[in-house]
Formats: sequence, structure tokens, C-alpha cells
Amino acid sequence: MTTIALPTTAAPVASGHRLRWMFADILTVTWRNLLALTRTPEALFFSTLQPIMFVLLFAYVFGGAIHIPGLKYIDFLMPGIFVQTVSFGAVSTAVGLSEDLHKGLIERFRALPMARSAVLAGRTTADLARNVFVVALITAVGYAVGFRIGTNVGLFLCGALLVLAYSYALGWGFATIGLSASNAETAQVMVFPILFPFTFASSAFVPVGSMPGWLQAFAKNQPVSQVVSAARSLMVVGPVHDSNAVWISLAWIFGFLIVLAPVAVRKYRRVA
Amino acid sequence: MSNNSTYAVEAHDLVKVFPRGKVRALDGVSLHVEEGTILGLLGPNGAGKTTAVRILSTILNPDSGRASILGHDVVKEAQTVRQIIGLAGQYAAVDENLTGRENIRMVGRLSHMSWKASGVRATELLENFGLSDAGDRVLKTYSGGMRRRLDLAAALVARPPVLFLDEPTTGLDPQSRQDLWVVIENLVAGGTTVLLTTQYLEEADRLARNIIVVDHGRVIAEGTPAELKANLGTSVVSITLSDDETVQKAAGLVASLSDKEPTIDHNVVELTVENGPQVGAEVLRTLDAAGVSIAGLALREPSLDDVFLSLTGHKSEVETEGEAAAESKKGKPKHARARGPESDADGRDAA
Repeated sequence: MTTIALPTTAAPVASGHRLRWMFADILTVTWRNLLALTRTPEALFFSTLQPIMFVLLFAYVFGGAIHIPGLKYIDFLMPGIFVQTVSFGAVSTAVGLSEDLHKGLIERFRALPMARSAVLAGRTTADLARNVFVVALITAVGYAVGFRIGTNVGLFLCGALLVLAYSYALGWGFATIGLSASNAETAQVMVFPILFPFTFASSAFVPVGSMPGWLQAFAKNQPVSQVVSAARSLMVVGPVHDSNAVWISLAWIFGFLIVLAPVAVRKYRRVA
Repeated sequence: MSNNSTYAVEAHDLVKVFPRGKVRALDGVSLHVEEGTILGLLGPNGAGKTTAVRILSTILNPDSGRASILGHDVVKEAQTVRQIIGLAGQYAAVDENLTGRENIRMVGRLSHMSWKASGVRATELLENFGLSDAGDRVLKTYSGGMRRRLDLAAALVARPPVLFLDEPTTGLDPQSRQDLWVVIENLVAGGTTVLLTTQYLEEADRLARNIIVVDHGRVIAEGTPAELKANLGTSVVSITLSDDETVQKAAGLVASLSDKEPTIDHNVVELTVENGPQVGAEVLRTLDAAGVSIAGLALREPSLDDVFLSLTGHKSEVETEGEAAAESKKGKPKHARARGPESDADGRDAA
């Protein structure tokens, strides 16, 4: 078989360069996703308004009815709000990928010599960047309504990092949902039945002890409660202090990543 | 295999079955494109054109058969192939939220050009495609024609020697279509090899050196445009009769005016001929002399339908389920088929 020499622009990529290009590709896709985000400022505005509403709603409407021994409710609440906010933010991972898929953009990506993982990693990374912004904003809103860091800034940042790492790991699961949904609207409605029970049947907004016994077993041990407890112990430290939760949360985060990322990549390879 | 060195694109016996629709989207398609030429892949919706392009551009793996681009296997050397091809699709795969320049730069970066080089190339391409003024506008503000041009520009960022264009002008107005044709011709003049799919005979005729006609995943004809046309005749005389009952009689009367059999559809008789105007006049005289009254007489260029009718004896059919499913899965709008109303192969074949 005669092989025609490739033009100079298509020099074969040495394997050492492959890793470098993979990161470059992830960066390019992240750049593109963040650019798109700035092009729809109204979407960004309303998606940040929602967690602010949650803070105000729980602080002023429900908060009065919930008593946490030895802790101001707003201090109990804020770590829960962080986790809830980044979890709901994962919706955009699913919706964004679904849009890319159905608008034919992924089709173009697949015919380019880019790293196969970059479309997914670029999406989850862009969503992580957005979550960093939202968590900072919510912290400011929390401060305005009386939230105070109970430990120190370093531990608080560790707590925030933990929450963000959790959101990143979760994003890979939602990427799979986005690639499975028949369109972006379906992707959006598919994620909430998964998010709601985990977010609300948790220690995010109320003490688990107030729930019926059968529910407590689930609410105590599911990942959202673990991450909330971990964030709470790092950010606030009070009677709910639970250092085990930090390790259990880290285990959940790594577990999610190890399982969900390959599943998403596999799904990506299959949706042609 | 020593005789393949002049072919930029080669495919042998490609088969692809979509399990959901149990449809053989490709049922043994072989093709080759000479370097620096355009091959037109002609066929109706669902004929397998898009599936062929997706396999050749490494998006989809064939169930069997093999294909290579400039000697590189599309399955085994997919990543190499991706460095030497450009793909522009029917449903302009561009990012709505990005500007024209950003779209081109993104593709440039993902084709592993430096940031700076991709910027220089973007400016150059925007200028070449008459998009300089629109380059920094978000794509949402672009017209359909501008979007197609940008889509094509993005496919050219890395100067690929082989280009796949999947129905590049479908849905465009005549002027935009003409403009795009000129762009494609210039590319080929510069040495690019193009595989172009289309539903329009006119487009294939204008651009392609060779044409392959596919139907139901099979190649049903191939040759130069001139060869296919010679096969087909150059114009169609369409006679609409005032009365359904006289159709058979009229068809019998005019049959001798063409060396192809006339086709009948309800009260319309059609003749494919070399010299349309002359035959048209002859038809009038013949029918008038026989006392058959007609409601209309028209001359037209052969359409894709005529090609199909001539080649297969049936009109181009509805898109097959497999590709329809695959397309709706991608959220593609189902546009009008390239053919008239209810196809009734048997009815058309009478006479």
C-alpha cells in the first residue's frame, strides 16, 4: 500500500506531547464553555439568584421553626446551602452537554484530532469554575444575613474545597445523564428527581434527628449529608462536629470520580 | 494494492447497520475520490450519504469494510486521519454563543495550532469568506448563509488536504448557494480533495468530476455528470391531461417520441428526451390530431427523482428508519424530502 506523505501541518504527535495536548484541549473547551457563559449573562444572573433565594428563604422563613441546640440556624444552614447550590449547579453540566450533542457540535469535535476526554473534562472544569464564583457569592450573601465562620479562614477554605471537589465528581455523573437524554429539556427534568431526595432528605437544612426513623438511616449515610457534615465541621464546628465525615466525604468524592468518570467517557464514546 | 496511490479517499464495501431501526444504512458501498477533485455523493434523504461521510470522517466505525484517507485507515489510524480532514455539516456545527473568530480559533486550537497561529488564520479565513465585518459578532446574529460560510471556514482552519461537505447548501437561498459553490471550486483549484453529498443534481453537475448515486445504502450508478445525463436525457416533457381516462391513450400516442418509456402519475404523463422544445411541439400536434385535450404542458430539467426513476424504476423513497432515528436522535429537523407527493412506485411504473 502506497502511503502519501502527510502535509507538514499534520506532523504525527509524539506520545510525550499527547499529555500536553490533552491539557491544552481541556483548556480550550473550558475557555469556550466559559465564554458561552458570559454571552448569556441573564442565565448566569438568574442561576445565581436561585441560591440567594434559598439562603433568604431558609434563613428568614423556615429558619425560625428549626432549632439547633447551641448553634445559630444561619451557621447550621450555610454549609448545607453550599452543597445544595453546587449540586443543583451540576444541572448545567447535563444540559450543556446535551445541547452540544444535539446541536451537532460534538459531531465536529469527534472529527478533530483532539483528546477524546477533553469535551467532558472541559465541561466539568468550566462548571467547576462557575461553582467557585457562586460559592464566593453565596458566602458574601451569608455574611450579610449573619453567617460567621466558626473555625478559621483556612479551615473554611478547606470546607469550600471539599464542597467544590464533591460538585466536580458529581458533574461526571450528570455528564452521563446529559449524553443519555434525548434533548436538553429532557436532561433538565431528568436530573431533579435524582437531586431532590438526596438534597432535602439530608442534613443540609434540618437535623436528621427530626426525621422519621426509617428515613434517618438513609439521610444520615447518603453522600450529601456526609459532605454537609464535613463542611459544617470544617467551617463552623459545633455540636454537629464530626471529623469522620471529612474522611467519608473524601471517600465518596474519589468513589464518584473513579466510577462516574469512566462511565461518562464510555457513554461519550458510544453516542455517535 | 499498488493502484490506489492517486486516490485521496477510498472505501471498500462499507456496511453499517443501525440496530435500532434494523436498517442497513450502508449495504456495501465502495467509492474513491481522485486527489484534487470533487466526488459528488448524490441521493435522497436516508440513502446513506451522511452515514458514509461519518464513517470516512472517523465519527462512526463501519460494521465491515474498510476505508482510508490518503492511505491512512479511518479506524486504525483515526487520530492521524483527523489531522488531514476537514468536515462541514449540513446542520452547521458551530457554537452559537461564540463569535465567528472565536469559533475558528477554537477549531484551530483543537487541531493543535498555536494560539497565535489560530488567530492569524482566523483573520485570513474571515476575510476570504467575506465575514471580516461579522467576525466579532456572536453567531446568533448570523444569517443562514453566513453560518454555512463560517462552518466551512472552521473546517479549513488547519488547511486539510481532504474535505467532507455534507449537504453544504441544503436550505440556502440561490445566491448563497452560488457563493458557496464558488468557494468550493476555488478550494479544489488550490488542490483540495472534496467529497460532497447533495440532494441536488444541479449541484453535483456543477461541481463534481465524478458522481456516485446511492439509494438504500447501495451505489446504484456512478460516472461523470455527462455520462449520467447521457443516460438520462436532458429534459423532461410533462403533459397534464384534462381527463384521467385519456392518460393511457395519450401515453401510447407520445411513446414513440422518446426512446424511454413514458411515466404516468394520475393525469400526468412524462417523457424524458434529448430535445425538449422540439418534442414538446410534437406532443401538441400528436395529441391535438388525436383529439386528446390537455390541461398543461411543461418542460423541465431532470430532477433527482428523474435520475432515480431512470436508474431504479422507482421514485426516491422516504428516508429509512435507521437514519431517521439516528437523525432525530441528534435533534435534527426533518426537512422536506427531495421529492413530490406520495410515492407509489407501482403506479409510476405503469405504462
